[in-house]
Amino acid sequence: MGMIEVIQTYWVYFLIGQFPDGPLGGLTLTIVLAAGGLLLAFPLGFALAIARMSPWRTLSWPVTGVVYVVRGTPLLMVLFWAYFFLPSITGQKISQFSTMLGALVLFNAAYLSEIFRAGVQALPTGQFEAARSLGLSYFAALRLVVMPQVMRNMLPSLVNQFVSTIKDTSLGYIIGLSEVSFIASQINNLVLTKPTEIYLVLALAYFILCFGLSRFAFWIEQSHVRSHLSGGERSKMPRPVKRTLTEQT
Amino acid sequence: MIRFENVNKWYGEYHALVDITETIGKGEVVVVCGPSGSGKSTLIRTINRLEPIESGRIVVDGKDANSTELDINQFRAGIGFVFQQFNLFPHLTALENCTLAPRNLSGLDAAAARELALKLLDRVGLSEKANAYPAALSGGQQQRVAIARALAMQPPVMLFDEPTSALDPEMVGEVLMVMRDLARDGMTMICVTHEMGFAREVADRVLFMDSGRILERATPDDFFNRPQHARAQQFLSDIRTPFR
Repeated sequence: MGMIEVIQTYWVYFLIGQFPDGPLGGLTLTIVLAAGGLLLAFPLGFALAIARMSPWRTLSWPVTGVVYVVRGTPLLMVLFWAYFFLPSITGQKISQFSTMLGALVLFNAAYLSEIFRAGVQALPTGQFEAARSLGLSYFAALRLVVMPQVMRNMLPSLVNQFVSTIKDTSLGYIIGLSEVSFIASQINNLVLTKPTEIYLVLALAYFILCFGLSRFAFWIEQSHVRSHLSGGERSKMPRPVKRTLTEQT
Repeated sequence: MIRFENVNKWYGEYHALVDITETIGKGEVVVVCGPSGSGKSTLIRTINRLEPIESGRIVVDGKDANSTELDINQFRAGIGFVFQQFNLFPHLTALENCTLAPRNLSGLDAAAARELALKLLDRVGLSEKANAYPAALSGGQQQRVAIARALAMQPPVMLFDEPTSALDPEMVGEVLMVMRDLARDGMTMICVTHEMGFAREVADRVLFMDSGRILERATPDDFFNRPQHARAQQFLSDIRTPFR
């Protein structure tokens, strides 16, 4: 069986698993998990960050503790706990998908809260003061002045986090979740003779996804810089040059 | 218009404002000067409650700035504040910087807010930069936009906290000119500034501060030519002849 034939036979399986006859799987499941794991972590991450920055220690200290514990724990361990330990005490079995998604949301929320906190603290206090001086309320100042800038400053870190999350979904393999790594190993078990090629295709799929995302984020950032230096007329400005460390000094 | 009654402020152990009592009338232009760390910025930042005070009262237009019943947002909307570092919102254009408060506080629709903002930008000589982002503007232009933004809620009082100190020398003039025009239009203004030329030409009164106290209150003419207090004499001599 040649490689072309392998791809022709299994590409649909690789992309969507047994869907629609079985649960959704493959590369699509990987993307769904990563996107869901990041997006659902947003509200929790914001809440954790705001709690950590609050002046009330009864709120900020326990939340800081939780964030440190999660950040100091491997995702794999959280998965084991959620998959084996939780059902044994609650008596309820949770699906692999929910387990994985839950673990990703918890993990991402801890990391997002740090990214968000850094973003807020990096903003000069004058921005908030200027907004309040105009008569905007605390929350209006957050919503109209602080948040848009923080979101923009967070973009590179967010993309990093998304890329990490895509790769983290491969841990679902351990609990038998049919994400793309699991599917690749299934295909390998069926074909038997082409492990190098099959895992090369898997690596390529991860790489294209992650590298594409990084480039997309870079492009957004650059077009943003261009539009802000030009007074609204993009075309007049030269492309920003890539800087190396020595040039900056 | 603005009244300080025995105002005291501490930063921990440090007594930043000491028994300040002073009244600034409607339409008056007051320049506050004094050495670094004398409490000038703290003084004007207490007026719109960017800094809380520990004792005394500050009354603006009949409203106690530190009263618990005060609607602080409405109160602040009535006081324009211009910062040393401009603090323009970098994610908004010059026009959007000026429309932000009117749209969200006065409930002006987009067209009316835009018209108001364009008028204000025209007043500071920058209507052609309406669609530029702050990053594309010079320091002097940014500070003029910041003045237009502070005027957007049509406040009866404007406070300036060293508005030209962060500017390159060639841009100081354009900002002072805008401030002078505002003063001539009858705006009540308190300006913390070291621009003595501006104080001479525009101010009705000069307040000299040192160590958290107002040591001298005088007309610009008296202050510059016949300073009474020894610290004021020293300060003026220091800024006039830095090399000795």
